[in-house]
Parts: sequence; structure tokens; C-alpha cells
Amino acid sequence: MTSAIEVQDLVVERGKRRVLHGLTCMIPRGSVTGLLGPSGSGKTTLMRAVVGVQVVRSGSIMVLGEPAGAAPLRRKVGYLTQAPSVYADLTVRENARYFAALSGYDAATAERAVADVGLADAASQLVATLSGGQRSRASLACAILGEPELLVLDEPTVGQDPVLRDELWKQFHDLAGKGTTILVSSHVMDEAGRCERLLLIREGALIADDTPAAVRESAGTDDLDEAFLRLIRAQEVTA
Amino acid sequence: MSARILGATIVRILRQLLHDRRTVAMLIVVPALLLALLYFMYDDQPMVFDRIALVMLGVFPFVIMFLVTSIAMLRERTSGTLERLLTTPLGKLDLLFGYGIAFGLAAAVQASVAAALAYWLFDLDTAGSTGLVILIAVVNAVLGVALGLFCSAFARTEFQAVQFMPVVAVPQILLCGLFVSRDQMAGWLEAISDVLPLSYAVEALQEVGAHADPTATLWRDLGIVGGCVVVALVLAAATLRRRTA
Ligand SMILES: Nc1ncnc2c1ncn2[C@@H]1O[C@H](COP(=O)(O)OP(=O)(O)O)[C@@H](O)[C@H]1O
Ligand SMILES: [Mg+2]
Repeated sequence: MTSAIEVQDLVVERGKRRVLHGLTCMIPRGSVTGLLGPSGSGKTTLMRAVVGVQVVRSGSIMVLGEPAGAAPLRRKVGYLTQAPSVYADLTVRENARYFAALSGYDAATAERAVADVGLADAASQLVATLSGGQRSRASLACAILGEPELLVLDEPTVGQDPVLRDELWKQFHDLAGKGTTILVSSHVMDEAGRCERLLLIREGALIADDTPAAVRESAGTDDLDEAFLRLIRAQEVTA
Repeated sequence: MSARILGATIVRILRQLLHDRRTVAMLIVVPALLLALLYFMYDDQPMVFDRIALVMLGVFPFVIMFLVTSIAMLRERTSGTLERLLTTPLGKLDLLFGYGIAFGLAAAVQASVAAALAYWLFDLDTAGSTGLVILIAVVNAVLGVALGLFCSAFARTEFQAVQFMPVVAVPQILLCGLFVSRDQMAGWLEAISDVLPLSYAVEALQEVGAHADPTATLWRDLGIVGGCVVVALVLAAATLRRRTA
């Protein structure tokens, strides 16, 4: 089996609005796949559906060979929510140790994850006293610990300084090299080039599902930002 | 449920509490101050003090743990930690029992300090044992936790959460038999009082006050309160949804 995630005709409604309109895609194992699209396009909704916390209207999602949200997946899938979801009244280390314990990992694993996100020096600091960027890295540490089979990361690099951002991307590729499948979202196109595959989403529909090179080629430009624009325009003309 | 996950959750909740020194101090000091106030109010009526202080030893933990839990659980819901927890191997019961046991332990410390003060400093006099008073106080605290876990599902904000205190706790305090004994209430009030768990907790405390040895009524009342805890936890579990819109 080569696909980690298979989404078939996924329809999701939130409030009274249809947010995902029959989305279909396939994400290969061991890859770094970027989910890119403007704010409000449905990235978070798709990721919530993949980790099984989103009520879906219709369609199917298979994750690592099981229906999304199935109990055995809970120890195989790491999820980083868009807003940092760690306990503000605990230290970074206490947060990491708690989430490690839930999945059966020891304190050393927690410690390593904290170091991996560059928070070793802040490990005994209360999350409430961290900067915004540090807080989201604390949250990231709790998602990556134990090197899960699938990592679903919702805008992990927002608000990080460029050097750290670069390090985080290197780590994602390291993890993927060891077999972890990574689905990572972003609303800034300059991160798209770092992914092996791209899912471009707009208003709840996919407008591209390909490698960055193929996206560049089909749009006829090297600039991914421009490519995204051209693909949207091309779609609007045919629609 | 898993012992490892439950244990980690209890430790996590207690750590959160311990980081908040002021809350810990208030948990311990406030009941003591209120008991002192009662003591001086009824300076010349020791019998009245005995009656009210005994009931208060059970009411404080109930009210305080209800409030603390409602806010703590609301934070889990609004901060995204609950959503994240439900994507991990943690079971709903691990979380609910985690809160029940962690805050139950906190309540045991609170009730022990309050009881020690009441008996030694303020000369509280009960026919039955102090240990039973503390046991009832802890069961009451766990009742407060269970109701707090359930009620937090109906609050979107912390302002709303604290408003559940007058809705859930105050009627139970008014009708528990402290102000008007239950058999002297109008029939319909007594009927309401009969279905409120705090009435049984207070009756159990009054049994300890009046009898040297634990009575059958006391055990029955504790059983009823325990049953209410289980019902509230089941209802709370039903409000925890892995999938949300
Ligand atoms: N809880 C919600 N209730 C109703 N609508 C929502 C809710 N959450 C998101 N939406 C709507 O769903 C759409 C997609 O949102 P989202 O998946 O968060 O987009 P993105 O992550 O790409 O910014 C947006 O139009 C947003 O307003
Ligand atoms: Mg989003």
C-alpha cells in the first residue's frame, strides 16, 4: 500500500455553509505534502477531517488503511492544531511529557521533541510566558514526539523567524526520510517549493494536486505564487 | 480506560493546580476564614455553630470544586486541548475520572484542613467521627466535579460558566435542610429537595453529627450521592464528542 491518505468525494458543511465540495485526493506514504491555499479555503477543515474530529456530510477518508478517526490511528497520527493547543499553566517540558505519556512514550522522548523544536532552553518555562512563535513550537513538540506514522500539521511555521522556519522544514524532511508521512498546510506560497507534493485548495475545491515542478510547468511559470494565480484564472475561465 | 493514561492525566491536572499558587492558597484558606466567621457569629450559641459548621464542611468542597472544574473543563474545550486530547489514545473516561480523582485529592486536603480547624480551634462537636465528615466532604467535592464537567458543556465563555453556580449550587444549598429542615418545607419544595443530591449529603453529615456510629441512613445517603456522581459523569461523557461540526 503506497497511499497514506485517500480522500474520496469529501463533502463537509460547517454552520450553514458547504466548506468542502466533493474533494478527492491521495497522499503518498513517506512524503511531505503541502496543503496550500488562502485563508478560509478549507485547509483546517480538511485536516480536521483527516484526523477524524470533523463531522463530515459525505464521502470517505482512509488513513493508513483505516477509516479516519478509527481508534488504532490515535497512536499513529500526530496532529498540530492551527491555534497552539498546549496547557498555558504548565511548562513546555510538562506539556511534552503529558502528551508523550498518553501515547506510551517516556520522558526522554518528550525531551528530544522539545529540543527538536528549538525549545531546550525554555523547557522549564511556563507556556503562558512564551512568545507566540515559541508557543506554537511547544505545541509542535507535542505533535511530533515519538515520530508518528502520519503527521498532520496545520500552519506549523506561521510566525517563526526565517532561520527556525528553515530548521523546521529540514526536520519535516528528516522525519519523512524515516518513513513519516507529513501533511502540512500553509497560506504562504513561498513554502510550497519545500514540499514534494502540493495540494492547492481554493474555496473548498482542489485546483492542483501535483509536484511543485509539475505545477510550475502546467502554469508556465517558475514563480509558485504566480502559478497559483494562473491556475485559478484558468479554472475560472473553464467554469 | 488505561491506568497509565489516567495516572498521567491526574498528575497533569494536579501540576496545573500547583503552578497556580494563589488558587491553592485560596482553596485552603477561604473555608477556614468562613468557618472562623461562623464561629464568631455564633459565639454564644455553640449548638447552632455545630449544626451549621458541620453542614458547611460538606458544602464548601461541593461549591468550590464545581466552580474550579467548570472553568478548567471550559478551558480544555476552548483552548483546543480537548480536541487534541481526543485525537490521542486518551479515552473519555480517562479524562473525566482524571478530573474527579485529581480534584477529589485536592478536596481531601482542603476538607482535612477545614475539619482540623473546626474541631480543634473552633470546638466543633459531633457524635460521630471526623474521618466520616471528611469522607462525606470528599464525596461532595467529587459530586461538584462531576456536575462541573457536565455543565461546562453548556457554557461558551467563562462568564457563562460561573453563572451555573447560582443555577446548580444555590438551589441545592437553600433546599438541603440547612435553612429550613426538610420535613417542615411545603410539600412541593420537599419534593424538589428529595431529588437534589446535596440534600442527601447534608443528611449524611447530620447523621454523623447525631450518632456515634455510622448509621444505615448515612450509608444509604452516601450511596445516593455516589450514584448521582456516576450519572453526572455519564452525562458529561455524552457531551464529549470526538467529532464536532
Ligand atoms: N466552526 C465553524 N463554523 C462555521 N463555519 C466555519 C467554522 N470553522 C470554519 N468555518 C468556515 O469554513 C471555511 C473554511 O475554514 P478553514 O477550514 O478554517 O479554512 P483555512 O484553514 O483554509 O483558513 C471558512 O469559510 C470558515 O469561515
Ligand atoms: Mg486554517
